[in-house]
Amino acid sequence: MTAAADTPGARAWLRPAAWRNLLRDYPLIPLTVLLVLLVMTVELARPGTVSPNWAAFTVRQAAVLAILAACQTLTMLTGGIDLSIGYIASMAGFVTATFVHQPGGWAFGVVVALAASALAGLVSGVGIGIFRVHPLIMTLGMGLIVFGFSNVWQLQSVQTGAGVPAELRTLGTGLTADVIPNDLAVFVPVAVALILLLRRTGYGRMLYAIGDNPVAARLSGVRSWQVLVVLYVLSALLAAVAGLLQSGLSNTASVTLVTPYLLPSVAAAVIGGTSILGGRGGYSGTIVGALILTVLAGFLSIILPEPWRQIVFGSIVVLVAAAYTRATAAG
Amino acid sequence: MSATAASMDQPRPGPMDTVRTFGRNNAWTLGLLGFLALLLVFTKVVNPFYSLGSLSSTATSVLPLALAAVAQAIIVISGGIDLSISAQMALTSCVAATMMKDNPGEGTAVAIVIGVLLLGLLLGAVNGALVVLTKVPDIVVTLATSFVWAGVALLVRPAPGGSAALWLKDLVVGPAGIDLLPKAAVLLVVIVAVVWIPLSRSRLGLSLYAIGSDPLAAFRSGVPVSRTKFLSYVITGLVAAFAGLSLTASTGIGSPVPEPTYVLISIGAVVLGGVSLAGGIGGVFGPLVAVVVLQLIRDDMTFMRVNPNYGLVAQGFILIGVLMAGSFIQMRRSRT
Repeated sequence: MTAAADTPGARAWLRPAAWRNLLRDYPLIPLTVLLVLLVMTVELARPGTVSPNWAAFTVRQAAVLAILAACQTLTMLTGGIDLSIGYIASMAGFVTATFVHQPGGWAFGVVVALAASALAGLVSGVGIGIFRVHPLIMTLGMGLIVFGFSNVWQLQSVQTGAGVPAELRTLGTGLTADVIPNDLAVFVPVAVALILLLRRTGYGRMLYAIGDNPVAARLSGVRSWQVLVVLYVLSALLAAVAGLLQSGLSNTASVTLVTPYLLPSVAAAVIGGTSILGGRGGYSGTIVGALILTVLAGFLSIILPEPWRQIVFGSIVVLVAAAYTRATAAG
Repeated sequence: MSATAASMDQPRPGPMDTVRTFGRNNAWTLGLLGFLALLLVFTKVVNPFYSLGSLSSTATSVLPLALAAVAQAIIVISGGIDLSISAQMALTSCVAATMMKDNPGEGTAVAIVIGVLLLGLLLGAVNGALVVLTKVPDIVVTLATSFVWAGVALLVRPAPGGSAALWLKDLVVGPAGIDLLPKAAVLLVVIVAVVWIPLSRSRLGLSLYAIGSDPLAAFRSGVPVSRTKFLSYVITGLVAAFAGLSLTASTGIGSPVPEPTYVLISIGAVVLGGVSLAGGIGGVFGPLVAVVVLQLIRDDMTFMRVNPNYGLVAQGFILIGVLMAGSFIQMRRSRT
């Protein structure tokens, strides 16, 4: 902020700098405006689209994306990224489905899936936190490993058969009182916990500190490696939860079910105002970012054929990211 | 291939530490080469039918990935990263296969190949212009453009198909004269020699290392940082177009869906090949050897009748294991 932008007065709000500061300091406001504009565009382009049913459908899908984007938000705050979540989430959904006809049932499958995810996250965390391998490479390699093991598991479980448990289907697709998606029962507690974690706890502070300036964080007594190991385990567990929801939502279990959501999850966090360089951002912005992307993807799938949808989607991500970079770099 | 290694051996005019950096890179690459030799012996042991003739089929199958690794190495050396390489390959491969089907004729195919290479330059230029002008982190830009390129590829070819000119297929399949020399390997050396060797000896090549190592220091020494960054993406786009063409040549068709593992393995091979992800360190020869090593390990596991999916697991573990060991050694060294 320059001194000129700080001068008090009613006209200060008319300056471009004031708008830039708004975008930088309260990204939630312009993002919500963007979301509302987008919904209005959808309604104008196709009158009658926006309905309680449409909203429920959108929220249901956005919740899964938002949980996946939480993994990116948390890791990006420390200057990292988690590229293994697509495979971990798919693996969790698939493993659970293979346990349906086994002794122990799907509940045991969920336990196995969560344990396997936590193990993958632990190995990533040890590599990144203790051996200081670049997060991009570490999670990439971990993604390959998880994908390979999932494929092996798939071949071995062909005989036993797989099916998405009815309980997960209810959670993923069901509506309470005809409008409220059931998966909010998972998403809302997760979201509240994450927002409180980032805003109110010492652990959240440490994530920002590591991303903002790792050396300063270490010198002020933060044990970075412990923070990072816990972070990547947490990220893998969140991915597993998202995978379970997605397999319930789509009533399929496959080892690549969630992988198409990897890039949108990064995009949702970036659009939500989290800097990929670390130290800046938050989860509330990411939630709105996930909603925007879901509404946009749904809208584009109505009006455009698949190829154009991808082209427009990519262009919009670049545009929004460019607007942010402009806003946050100036001043 | 040894020509590339020799060119790296020669000290260049410049500060001592540049020479030392090159020496260290060479040690790493030579180690990798030794490992590759061991791996070839091992391949012969587990698969007695693996002969010199099999070398050329290995080379043909590894060529697109090797070129992708070279493209990734160039951009990583200059301090960036390109997640859209596999999408660029899919797009250029689709354009080539479609145009060759629509305009058959060996002569027109030459024009098509040149056109596709120009397309690669254009794709790289768009990536570079976006990174330089918007100042958005390169991961985000190339992630987003990977959607765009994949979308355009789907417009060009809604389903896999098309065809490749005979001479193009002939360029990558089989041995060149003697069994020991696969055509694909010769082609790879030629492409690398045409693109990388002049580049690494030019002012632009030095600038690539400079902006990768420290953009601010490069700026203060008079390197045009933005222009160099832009050009690094353009060159990457060109090599990615070569990779896309080799994909068309080796499969005979174009497929609009980018192979997701290409990006992952290209980055892995770059790091395994001794290029620092922080930029400014390494060359393209190490990543090339690393790609062959990664591919041979997978092939060997197939020969050993191991479930081929364990090949992915092994590649992942090797990637992670080498990196952990590498940074562990570096930490020990910096502590003492």
